[in-house]
Amino acid sequence: MKSNTLILHTAALAIMPLQLMFSVFLLLRGHDEPGGGFIGGLVAASAFVLYAFAFGAESTRRILRVSPRDLLAAGLLLGLASTLPALWSGQAMLTAHWWELPLPGNNYLKLSTVLIFDIGVYLAVLGTLMTFVIGLMESEE
Amino acid sequence: MMLLAVLSGFLLAVVVPAVYRLTGQHVGWALALLPALLTAYFASLIPAIGDGEIILVENQWMPGLGVSLDFMIDGLSLVFALLISGIGTFILIFAGSYLKGHKDLSRFYVIMLSFMASMLGLVLSDNLITFFVFWELTSITSYLLIGFNHEDAEARKCALQGLFVTAGGGLVLMAGLILLIFITGSYSFSEILASGLAVEEHGYYLAAVICILIGAFTKSAQVPFHFWLPNAMAAPTPVSAYLHSATMVKAGIYLLARLNPSMGEGLLWSYALMILGASTMLTGAYLAFSSTGIKKVLAYSTVMALGTLTMLIGIGTELAITAFICVLVAHSLYKGALFMLAGAMDHETGTKDITKMGGLWRSMPKTAMITCLAALSLAGLPPLFGFVAKELMFESLLNAPLLSWTLLAAAVTASIMVVAVAGLVSIKPFFGPVRATPKQPHDAPFAMLIGPAVLSLIALVFGMVPFLPAGFVLDAAVSSVYGSGVQTALALWHGVNVPLMLSGAGLLAGSLLLVSWQQLQPRLYAINTIASRFGPEAGYFRIMLGITQIASWQTRLLQNGVLGIYLLILVLVTFSLTGYTLLTRHGFHLSSDFSDSFFYEWVIALMIVASTVFASVTKSRLGSVASVGVLGFGVALIFIHFSAPDLGITQLLVETLTVILLVLVLFKLPPFVNLSSPWERYRDLAVAVFAGVVMTLLMLAVLDIQYFDSISSYYIENSYGLAFGKNIVNVILVDFRQLDTLGEIFVLALAAMGVYSMIKLRAEDQHKS
Repeated sequence: MKSNTLILHTAALAIMPLQLMFSVFLLLRGHDEPGGGFIGGLVAASAFVLYAFAFGAESTRRILRVSPRDLLAAGLLLGLASTLPALWSGQAMLTAHWWELPLPGNNYLKLSTVLIFDIGVYLAVLGTLMTFVIGLMESEE
Repeated sequence: MMLLAVLSGFLLAVVVPAVYRLTGQHVGWALALLPALLTAYFASLIPAIGDGEIILVENQWMPGLGVSLDFMIDGLSLVFALLISGIGTFILIFAGSYLKGHKDLSRFYVIMLSFMASMLGLVLSDNLITFFVFWELTSITSYLLIGFNHEDAEARKCALQGLFVTAGGGLVLMAGLILLIFITGSYSFSEILASGLAVEEHGYYLAAVICILIGAFTKSAQVPFHFWLPNAMAAPTPVSAYLHSATMVKAGIYLLARLNPSMGEGLLWSYALMILGASTMLTGAYLAFSSTGIKKVLAYSTVMALGTLTMLIGIGTELAITAFICVLVAHSLYKGALFMLAGAMDHETGTKDITKMGGLWRSMPKTAMITCLAALSLAGLPPLFGFVAKELMFESLLNAPLLSWTLLAAAVTASIMVVAVAGLVSIKPFFGPVRATPKQPHDAPFAMLIGPAVLSLIALVFGMVPFLPAGFVLDAAVSSVYGSGVQTALALWHGVNVPLMLSGAGLLAGSLLLVSWQQLQPRLYAINTIASRFGPEAGYFRIMLGITQIASWQTRLLQNGVLGIYLLILVLVTFSLTGYTLLTRHGFHLSSDFSDSFFYEWVIALMIVASTVFASVTKSRLGSVASVGVLGFGVALIFIHFSAPDLGITQLLVETLTVILLVLVLFKLPPFVNLSSPWERYRDLAVAVFAGVVMTLLMLAVLDIQYFDSISSYYIENSYGLAFGKNIVNVILVDFRQLDTLGEIFVLALAAMGVYSMIKLRAEDQHKS
């Protein structure tokens, strides 16, 4: 399935980067404001779905660079990996760990296992949806 | 240190392929270093344990669930740990030679090492749940090892049988352990043993005992579950030597011994153990005598030994427990050795059938010598440790408080047959006229003989100076099973007494039996073939058949492939249960107050209702997809209106993507036709209305009354303090309830894999046709 309308092509090229940036924005701010890995993943997926509708499954695969299933696997792996620091320091599994990196201008960068986990959720959601959509589109061709 | 000792087997298992590539055919020797080191480590604990100390090591695992990786070492677990690592060393060496050049050798070692680690975990665990995890791990590794030659259908069948019996028993055991936790209020063996609670007076005692016994009896192949063990001989011989004689099958015995101090007071416990143990002993001895395959003979004699051990725990006197520990150690030593020797014979002659072997001592002198030594211990003859153990057993039976004479008669009968069995595996193949075997026999290589030689020599030394091992560790083991300090007096020679006379008579009668074996065996075999039609194994097959029949019946009924029926059943069950609870707990009273609702809330509600009605009556698929989308957006509006932006955004995105997915699928569907009859449509309508009514009543009831404090206040208070996040929804997802989310993304992955394989398989089918 591939559309041939100029409007959709142009719009997809313009909107998709915005959507992807917005999805990362949602992911990163998710701990304090509305957002998070799940929502971010959905937005990212809809960006790629829009692209797929405009340019077809084959080119979507090309811009994803990795297979959607690998995205999914990477998400699961990150999710599991985020549980390890706690085990390493002898705490119960899944205990969150936080690291604050000082930045210039009296700011701090909050890094945590929770963030790693959220990125895992993001990738898992994106991978699942792209597996669905690309799989369905390819089966039509 | 202790944690590392237990888990090192798993760690080494991971790198086995690399080790194999590095060391080639010496891989057995290289890997055996680990159990050798472990043996040394456990041996270094002997002085402390011998003084009556109990070592406790604490490691957290899942403290919230009461599950920990705590380890306890007392006399009993130390004896087991020494047997596991000591015999394991020789088994790994032996297997390197026995399976030399096998294409799956590294896979074999991976499972073997994992098994060793699980078994060590089992005997050292202090936590009941962890114990159970290791228990199941031994069942699973045993399954993989029995089915090691997975291209052989018979091996697969036997492996599955072993798994069903032991894992099925394992499930019952889990129930038993949970009941035990209820009774004692503790997850830890050491606490349960130290508390000295009168467990037998508790209401759950009966159920707990029955469940635990079923678990232990299936694992340790007690009558009527004994049939899986001989079938497990489909495994390569190193596996039989290790799992199915020396270690895994003793896990059930270990559990019985471990719990004996706290559960052994009940009469049920004593009688069940004595009677079933004695019947197992007799059954095993008889079947061993009437078999011809050398591994089957040894397997049945293992069944017999396991029965003896169970019976001795059941008697439970100080003397009986001493005999128990001695039989346990003696049996592991000689049976491990004999199995390896049987493997060597099979490897060098090409047959497992005793009737086809004869006069082998000329071509295999060293093998013959070691076999005879080990068989002496099996027969219970001086000066081997088996003799010490047997004498003690007779003496304890003479002084048993219950059923003394019955048990003694059974034990003497069994020991007569065991003398004959010992002859079968040592005299029959090696002496008498030479018979032609499929392969030209010659002595087994060094790696195959070192293990049996060392084990038999240990049995010899223990027999000559039994007070040595007793002083070091056996006394401590006896004390931990008996429940209080015990000082044993083991000796080879007790003077001429009743046990000695019984042994002498047993030897004589056993020799007579051995002589007449040639005539007796075919007749017994014929009887066994007829009897097996009514035996427990036939029952096992009938149960398995029944399970498949029930499964196919209920699948036809509930999962017949009509999606509508699935939905109907799900909705009916869910809402009937909900409605029932609602009516019985809350009653039927409505209080609807709509005064504070706004105009646009009504608009949204109306839109939702309208789209629902349209979706269910329209004949256009696209129309119904779109109107379901409208419904979703309506719900999202409600979320946003009641200030839940996260939910609102999620709902919007999910709705959008769902509509897209549905549209993608829509073109694949066959044209719209009416397949259901009017009656079916009215039935579906009724169910749908019912579900809607129940849900509405439930929502009104929720607004009406609050049974619990809202949990959201906890999250509001602690979200920033504990989890450093201001967005409570996200904090719940990724921190407070992270485990749930982790589970959910795995479910997501499973769904993706399912859809993907469905699409791919269909595409391939179309390709073919």
